[in-house]
Amino acid sequence: MSTPGHSPLTAPAEQAPLADQRIVVIGGGMTGHRFAARLRAQDPEGRWTLTVIGEEPQQPYDRVHLSNWFSSRNADLLSLDVSVWDDPRISLLTGDKAESIDRVAGHVTTASGTAVPYDRLVLATGSWAWAPRAEGRELPGIFSYRTVADVERIAEWVSLREQTLGRQVRGVVVGGGVLGLEAAAALQDLGAASTVVEFADRVMAVQLDQGGGEMLRLLIQDKGIDVRTGVGASRFQPAGDGQVGTAVLSDDSTLDVDIVIFSTGIRPRDRLAREAGLAIGERGGVVVGDSCQTSDPAIWAIGECASFQESCAGLIAPGNDMADVVVDRFLGGTRTHQRKDDGTKLKGVGVDAAAFGDVNAVTAGALEVAFVDPVNRKYRKLVMSDDAKVLLGGVFVGDIELFSQLRPLIGRTLGADPSAVIAPEGGDAMAAAELPDDAVVCSCNNVSAGTIRASVSEHGCTTLGEVKECTTAGTVCGSCVPTLTKLLNKELERSGIAVSTAMCEHFAHSRAELYQLVKEGGQQTFTEIVTAFGRGRGCAVCKPVVASLLSSLGTTSGRLHSPVGEQLGSLQDTNDHVMANIQKNGTYSVIPRMPAGEVTPEQLLVLAQVALDYGLYLKLNGAQRIGMFGARLDQLPEIWRRLVDAGFESGHAYGKSLRMVKSCVGSTWCRYGVQDSTSMAVALERRYRGLRSPHKLKVGVSGCARECAEARAKDVGVIATTKGWNLYVGGNGGAQPAHAQLLIEDLDDENLVKCIDRFLMLYIQEADKVQRTARWVEEREGGIEELRRVIVEDSLGIGEELEAQMANHVATYEDEWTATLDDPQRMAKFVSFINAPGVADPDLAWVPERGQMRPAHEMDSRTAPDPVRARALAALSLGATSPLGDAVEGEEIH
Amino acid sequence: MTTQENTMIDICALSDLSIERGAAALLGDVQVAVFRLVDDSVRACQQRDPYSGANVLSRGLIGSHELTGEGEESEQLVPTLASPMYKQAWNLDTGAVLDAGGGEKLPIAVHDAEVRDGRVLVATTPRPLVSDGVETVS
Repeated sequence: MSTPGHSPLTAPAEQAPLADQRIVVIGGGMTGHRFAARLRAQDPEGRWTLTVIGEEPQQPYDRVHLSNWFSSRNADLLSLDVSVWDDPRISLLTGDKAESIDRVAGHVTTASGTAVPYDRLVLATGSWAWAPRAEGRELPGIFSYRTVADVERIAEWVSLREQTLGRQVRGVVVGGGVLGLEAAAALQDLGAASTVVEFADRVMAVQLDQGGGEMLRLLIQDKGIDVRTGVGASRFQPAGDGQVGTAVLSDDSTLDVDIVIFSTGIRPRDRLAREAGLAIGERGGVVVGDSCQTSDPAIWAIGECASFQESCAGLIAPGNDMADVVVDRFLGGTRTHQRKDDGTKLKGVGVDAAAFGDVNAVTAGALEVAFVDPVNRKYRKLVMSDDAKVLLGGVFVGDIELFSQLRPLIGRTLGADPSAVIAPEGGDAMAAAELPDDAVVCSCNNVSAGTIRASVSEHGCTTLGEVKECTTAGTVCGSCVPTLTKLLNKELERSGIAVSTAMCEHFAHSRAELYQLVKEGGQQTFTEIVTAFGRGRGCAVCKPVVASLLSSLGTTSGRLHSPVGEQLGSLQDTNDHVMANIQKNGTYSVIPRMPAGEVTPEQLLVLAQVALDYGLYLKLNGAQRIGMFGARLDQLPEIWRRLVDAGFESGHAYGKSLRMVKSCVGSTWCRYGVQDSTSMAVALERRYRGLRSPHKLKVGVSGCARECAEARAKDVGVIATTKGWNLYVGGNGGAQPAHAQLLIEDLDDENLVKCIDRFLMLYIQEADKVQRTARWVEEREGGIEELRRVIVEDSLGIGEELEAQMANHVATYEDEWTATLDDPQRMAKFVSFINAPGVADPDLAWVPERGQMRPAHEMDSRTAPDPVRARALAALSLGATSPLGDAVEGEEIH
Repeated sequence: MTTQENTMIDICALSDLSIERGAAALLGDVQVAVFRLVDDSVRACQQRDPYSGANVLSRGLIGSHELTGEGEESEQLVPTLASPMYKQAWNLDTGAVLDAGGGEKLPIAVHDAEVRDGRVLVATTPRPLVSDGVETVS
């Protein structure tokens, strides 16, 4: 491969071993991070040192998903794997800019005056956001969209202008490319009106053909974002207060604006290299060959700053490949960088569009096969070779399921009739077409289908998570995950590894299978079910599952089972059985429901009095409610009698069921709230309380995009917009955190409830035992897109049935504690000892701490047998008078 | 009463117990857990969970397990108890550990128990602990 004007680089010089070499990377972006991570992984024992110099104050972050910053407002969540920086061989300088390279002395000088010596230097300086010259470009209120600092300033500006102007902010994005559309969606999420101005005749003009661009324009306008094509922004004029106020377009029309975001392309940051005298490409960028070496044999360039075959990449995949090439070369390899068409996918906008290859069919004799459905806003086009056999390109708008399947086949035989593939029900036409082993499935990390198959057949991966961990496929942009899942399942089938879905030794079925069997079979007790479908008398795994599904089915079939009634009584873990959570010393916690975290002063007084009377420990838990700890089994009914009388009901903190709906105060109190999130949260909590599910469920409702209720960390997240509610699903805190994914936007109250009804009921029917919604959504075939079709578009025609099942649950709900208090038979079970009901467990022991009591440890030398007394001691230690007086005499306070 | 004596003590009526659900009982100062199985036979074991140290075993779940023994005794179905705390499981006939959850094998003491004239009787002294605390797990 020859590079014009750059022949010395085609045969790179023999490299010395890496031992004791000082490597310096200029640029703390994604490519610099990739280089460091890769070098460390490939050479874990190597005796080199690596310094990464980053100009931005943050650790390297995921710029590809910059728009995600708006949902969390936390730049740390964007950070790329930080464990890289724990390697003692690697140091990271942040917030310091490389100012010059001294190639003779071999060091880099930074803005802070530090000289960093190098033996090998890697330039990974990336790009800067270019903007056309336009009068008034420097006015306050005009921004770029490239860094965390940019998005922070944009959010602050919109909020400030909204307050100052006392009305909705009007925003314009100049540039209708992928990033411009993301910026426009971000503006809209911030509550601003959003208009996109694009000089070309269509949006995403570089990636899409005319037809795809037109369909995308319709979809974006459907979202309420205005699109103006064929015009540019020629100048900006200030408003009365000196901030940007008007944009004048190239057709002399004007737009009133309060904020402008430029997204008009990027240019390589090659100033350092220019000043150091390195060869620079005609259109900018540091010239490199396929080894990524520059015209100085001690300097390499990777990512967007590098000019390879006279072009600079603007995507992450080639940058990653270049980083990998340089690492390979440093370690004595001969890998070369090759440019591939990896395609582009629009993300973060809530509209699907993706394309790869020769989208405009410029190849001689190329044939175009298209499916256009303007009613349902779908556009699919395949570009084929003149014999209609080889796939040359594809455009997908409105529905991009085929994109990740077809992209790896570019330049290869499609193996199916192209018109059948893109037909509305064409998915099956592709099922037969097998991906060849060398087809790249994950282009971000350059992982081939063969590698993914080997991870299953040779490395024993059996889940999507394991495949991701083993191969790194699907860990950057995630667009190949559907294809990964298919490859995994097929390979498992082929290897004859039937992943056992058996619950335990008593049932060979998965939870979902058993659910369907019982739904059809109509069995009502464990004995009937285990006789029909299993063996033996069950265990601690299958019994609670059976109890849960009988309870769920009760709500769907009308065969009502109280989760704690006689039929289910012996199947429940102690928590469900006694409707409280067992603690480490065998006592229980009492957590009444406080919908949306609301509590009246009267109720608060009752809680305080109960805690005093029983010596209970009080703590606010993570679910916006009050937990009371240390109640004995025999005390639970008396405590709950008092709570029920005060209007409380069970909080189901013990159940695999809805826990709570968390909310902020919303538009009722908050200056920024746009909807009444508290009322919505109360309504949702009342609707879904008591619903039994495969795992616990949490819901959050935020009153504006600031997301104070952290709804996206919940199974169901609802975030208010000026037009209604955005619905997110499949979020999780806990051990494996996941952000909930957007299911649908701008719902009114009624449709919000409908969608949640459908989502929860589908989850209850399909999920495995103790599978959270996050994992269910991730692992469900087709992912969130397919789920959206089932729930929003009702593609399976089960929407009404799911809603009816939920309606049944709502109609048959009763408070479990109230029902139990009215049932003498059940009340009789709450005894300490069946032959000595008045005696408390003599081994319980308590210790005062911070004004309350806690269970004693083995290390505690002084303990009290009675928590009321322990609390009195604790109160004494805080200087209060003991209500028990002499009763505590002789007991020491520590 | 001396420690050598193994008296059967009347705890409650069989009808006071729910099927496959336990109850705690006091034998002097010894705490035991008593269970009624699906065939109306009864079992008793120590109330203290050896893993957590809390007196909670009566609140565990009853189930069954198929033991794969040798020769004639193969495929014997035994009643099991799972701890409500961390879900370790024992053979309720012998107290041997069936599932230690990957941890140390800590057997539990079982007491003789029987139903006589509709009353549940439990022996005051436990049977000796099983030697190694482990049985073959299928």
